[in-house]
Amino acid sequence: MNQHNPTASQVQSFHPRAREALQNDQLRGNFRRAMDGLMGKRKAAFEGWDLESLRTLGAAVRQRALARLPDLLEQLESQLTSNGIQVHWATDADEACRIIRDICVAREARTVIKGKSMVSEEMELNHYLEAEGIEALESDLGEYIVQMAEQTPSHIIMPAIHMNTDEISELLHRKTGTDRSHDVNYLTASARQQLREKFMNADVGVSGVNFAVAETGTLCLVENEGNGRMTTTVPPCHIAVTGIEKVVPSLADVAPLLALLTRSATGQHLTTYFNMISRPRQPGEPDGPEAVHLVLVDNGRSGIYQDDELIDTLRCIRCGACMNHCPVYTRVGGHVYGTTYPGPIGSILMPHLLGLDETRHMPTASSLCGACGEVCPVKIPIPDLLVRLRRESVDGDSVHPGVVKGHGVKRGRWESLAWRGWQWMHANPGLYRTGTRMAARFRALQPASAGAWTRVRTAPRLAPKTLHQLMKQRADSNSSDNGGSR
Amino acid sequence: MTSREDILQRLRNRRDGELPMPELDYGSMTGRDWSAAQKLDLFQAMIETVHGEVHRATDEEWLDTLAGILKQRQARNLLTPLKHPIGAEIRASGHPDLPELLSYGEPVEHWQRELFNDVDAAITSTRGAIAETGSLILWPGIDEPRLMSLVPPIHIAVLEADQIFATFLEAMELQRWSAGMPTNALLISGPSKTADIEQTLAYGVHGPKELIVIVRQ
Repeated sequence: MNQHNPTASQVQSFHPRAREALQNDQLRGNFRRAMDGLMGKRKAAFEGWDLESLRTLGAAVRQRALARLPDLLEQLESQLTSNGIQVHWATDADEACRIIRDICVAREARTVIKGKSMVSEEMELNHYLEAEGIEALESDLGEYIVQMAEQTPSHIIMPAIHMNTDEISELLHRKTGTDRSHDVNYLTASARQQLREKFMNADVGVSGVNFAVAETGTLCLVENEGNGRMTTTVPPCHIAVTGIEKVVPSLADVAPLLALLTRSATGQHLTTYFNMISRPRQPGEPDGPEAVHLVLVDNGRSGIYQDDELIDTLRCIRCGACMNHCPVYTRVGGHVYGTTYPGPIGSILMPHLLGLDETRHMPTASSLCGACGEVCPVKIPIPDLLVRLRRESVDGDSVHPGVVKGHGVKRGRWESLAWRGWQWMHANPGLYRTGTRMAARFRALQPASAGAWTRVRTAPRLAPKTLHQLMKQRADSNSSDNGGSR
Repeated sequence: MTSREDILQRLRNRRDGELPMPELDYGSMTGRDWSAAQKLDLFQAMIETVHGEVHRATDEEWLDTLAGILKQRQARNLLTPLKHPIGAEIRASGHPDLPELLSYGEPVEHWQRELFNDVDAAITSTRGAIAETGSLILWPGIDEPRLMSLVPPIHIAVLEADQIFATFLEAMELQRWSAGMPTNALLISGPSKTADIEQTLAYGVHGPKELIVIVRQ
């Protein structure tokens, strides 16, 4: 996939991209319809539930798992190992790609079929494998389409939501020879046929993981299409890849998270398949992969883990509800952000993973309306974290100094100078009084326009007298009045 | 230092110290005191909303129901478990309306192309179902391999009516899943589907186009 880390130019092009997206009627229509549908379905799916209690439970399950994270990872590793699944650890995306490449090379694998995995997008795995001469093909229908179009997913759950049937039909025709058609069933059936061939011939299947259960050594995958099951069953080798935060202590922890995940994501009570894998193929079993690997990817997560506030981001179960409800995301779509994870969760996660210098546009791509925090199934305080990152991008303050990579990237010399002056003035009453009096006296020199602020607002005018002057005047006249009547 | 040690050490030496362990209150997930009849009705209603088809039958009539389902769809064959009693019953019945019976007697590598291209339907047992979400519980294995419920276009699942649990949590607890998980455990709620093309639902994208449940009462 052509997933690139955002570069400085991508940061700079955020605004032009957003403007372009806002003027694209088709894109806006697609997103509006899809997001309205998802919001409605989510609401309906939680009817009859005590949603607040369920969200509190979901948050607590995730917090408890994070509190014991290193122990759980070790338990998961030893349980998986005794089940016959090999565990690998990767500090960054590059190492994770190398591990997968090495497994492929050792097996002389030429083709890899992939189930949906956001971590593999984060790692840019397809790119990496292709450079090594290993074909990596996406099998989730949306991802398959997006890969064929040489684009990136615009939504973490519905990767091809930005395209319409006509475009997809034309693309399939051009790339695979499928007849042009408006019939979604026909297009789907055609993709089924082509992908079945690929499944049969693939040497390795790569999938993500939704939950990894430490107690039993079980990898859980949530999906509707069955491509996840195909990927993890048909090829002789299955490599699962996941962030280190996805581990939970026990099977009982899975139940509330699963109940929250599918309802929040697509308004489904449960997805078509919930696939729990604990072992490679056992003696006598006629199908399933003979080798199963798990790659645990850190890639910045242990850094977020250090901080009491930022750690909340690691609770995320990747449902996408925050995007579906975000007034910014629903208008511009995922590509505008230029990162693997877009929308509100992307805006707090990507700065953690990549640093603020490359993602400085993200924390401000929000109106802070709070919808994301209200719908989050594990109660991540997303708006608070956005504010925290905004503060970090100007290097924090004396109480909360910046700790995220690239902090202070937005700190400008003139702006800091101005604020230092402001601070100085406010710490010296005499200077303050002189300053405000001067401002009132020369108020005619105030510029009529203040950029974007005054484009849709009337500029406020300075009063002819300062508050101090007015108060003093009133006190003077009161005392003279009182004096007169006494 | 290995990456493993490096990651674990960073997690263990957390800058901001120990993390809280909030209490868990499962109140919102428990207390579904449904009768057996209510659970069956709810299971059926829920799986029907996701395009699953449900037939209720007695132990005597279920083979007729099965034969009818297959005949109506003009299935040429049915992949059947070798050892499970439902497989044995089907084979022993000699029902005139049943199509050719196939079995998954050898490793998939020996007959993958046939399985993918020539099998019209497969029948499997289930380990029960979940009423709340309309889901079937399957533990594939030697007798009923993983691809049986995935590759053929029609999947027929036999469910015993007294094996319906209120919730997933309850099923895992009562069946003591944590005591030992199988190679693969599945919850299946309806046929394979996608909405990836303009949010239009299409069935059978990678797995079965049809999921038919025969509930034996």
